[in-house]
Amino acid sequence: MFSSSPPDPWPLPLRPVAALGRVTLDVIEALGRFGVFLVQAVAAAFIPPFKLGRLLDRIHFIGFRSLTIVILTGAFTGMVLGLQIFLVLSRFGSEAFLGPAVALSLIRELGPVLCALIVTGRAGSALTAELGIMKISEQIDALTVMALNPRRYLIAPPIVAGIVTFPLMVALFDVVGIFGAYLIASQLLGMSDGTYFGEMNTFVDIADVMTGFWKALSFGVIVTWVCTYKGYYCGHGAEGVARATTQAVVLSSVLILVWDYFMGSVLP
Amino acid sequence: MIKVVGVRRSFGQQEVLRGLDLEVASGEILVVIGRSGGGKSVLLKHLIGLLRPDSGHILVDDVDITRLGRNALDRIRERYGVVFQGGALFDSMSVYDNVAFPLREKTGLRAAEINQKVDEKLAQVGLEGMGAKNPAEISGGMRKRVAIARALVTEPEIVFFDEPTTGLDPILVNTIHHLIVELHRKFRFTAIVVSHEIPEIFQIADRVAMLHDGVIVDSGTPGAIQASPNPIVQHFIRGEVESVADR
Repeated sequence: MFSSSPPDPWPLPLRPVAALGRVTLDVIEALGRFGVFLVQAVAAAFIPPFKLGRLLDRIHFIGFRSLTIVILTGAFTGMVLGLQIFLVLSRFGSEAFLGPAVALSLIRELGPVLCALIVTGRAGSALTAELGIMKISEQIDALTVMALNPRRYLIAPPIVAGIVTFPLMVALFDVVGIFGAYLIASQLLGMSDGTYFGEMNTFVDIADVMTGFWKALSFGVIVTWVCTYKGYYCGHGAEGVARATTQAVVLSSVLILVWDYFMGSVLP
Repeated sequence: MIKVVGVRRSFGQQEVLRGLDLEVASGEILVVIGRSGGGKSVLLKHLIGLLRPDSGHILVDDVDITRLGRNALDRIRERYGVVFQGGALFDSMSVYDNVAFPLREKTGLRAAEINQKVDEKLAQVGLEGMGAKNPAEISGGMRKRVAIARALVTEPEIVFFDEPTTGLDPILVNTIHHLIVELHRKFRFTAIVVSHEIPEIFQIADRVAMLHDGVIVDSGTPGAIQASPNPIVQHFIRGEVESVADR
């Protein structure tokens, strides 16, 4: 027989408006839940006893285990930058500014953004998948019925670990990148050490370093927040975990780029 | 004592619990039987506070847990032990750490005392010397037994078992059932077992309640349920085949 869905209470001309209203309410509800999730996790991080062992584990997972990929991408980013910026500067006879140009590009912009994108792919996706599997295998429910707050055990440690590790990883990325460009400048382009490093002190000041630092710190929060949220509220079964992981990586990456623009226009 | 009064719960358009009433006396083993998808696990999730009903009340020693905030609900949950259908063991921890986890997190016991309690519980479920293994390295039956050990290690007053024998062979089914009876005899907890292991489950139950279409259609001693004149109960316990059109 015919399947009967409940009748739409709205007259036909108003249905698009009603649908728009439903979507808007859904989006506002999701944003509210997203915000409350972070507030509850941060609040849970300050309630003793502190989960130091869990925090160290997450620092190891997000930070230490990302070092290889951070160093590798930092080195090649610096090498590409060195080569490309040299080609541009040589047209204006300003090759001497290669060092400061590379350093400023990396410290202010490319270091935080590229490092955050790489760590999202390596650690963020794994965080989402791990939490998603815990969700579908009822491990999060098990914590809840033990009268333990899952946000304190599962969400707060990675967010704090993100705050701790992202600035350090970005600093490493920047340093490795600057030396990658130096390698190209000195070995391939025949630039002297003094020319490459000499102008850096003049052109790179603490405000540039702080811009990179604040970006790295905020990216640490964004990546861990989005990735844990998506894992914690993932759908059913393997498909739900897969979808949550994809959404976490895509949303984190988009937010990193949007927030980078915002920070870049606000910070000096 | 647990009392469920008129609990209703819908998911979207589908009403899963339709004014369900149920009483569980202190110290008894109540087995809730019913067809797959009939709302048994949903009922259990309401009892342990993971879901809240749309209407109705769930009273645990006269405290309505449907109206409690998280902290007050956590105080009730401290009296609970829950054995989840799949075990819900923490993958990142060894068997030993899984069982020790609630003690480490919820009690002020010293390491030596925790060690003694965990060893004792693992021995009671027949898993001495298995503490170092990871959950992924042990069989399904062992995982269920670890889950039982973890649920009982804090000596809870009320223990919930969500289909504790699903997917196990008949020998393991009986092993787990005997384990539940033996531990119940020893610790006198109130047990609520959700199961559809017919007829084995009748051997362990003090009382059986049949859940069908979101309500309890019959309850009583195992003997009374087996002799029930209710056709739904008879249909279920005999495992009679029905055509898809009947469903």
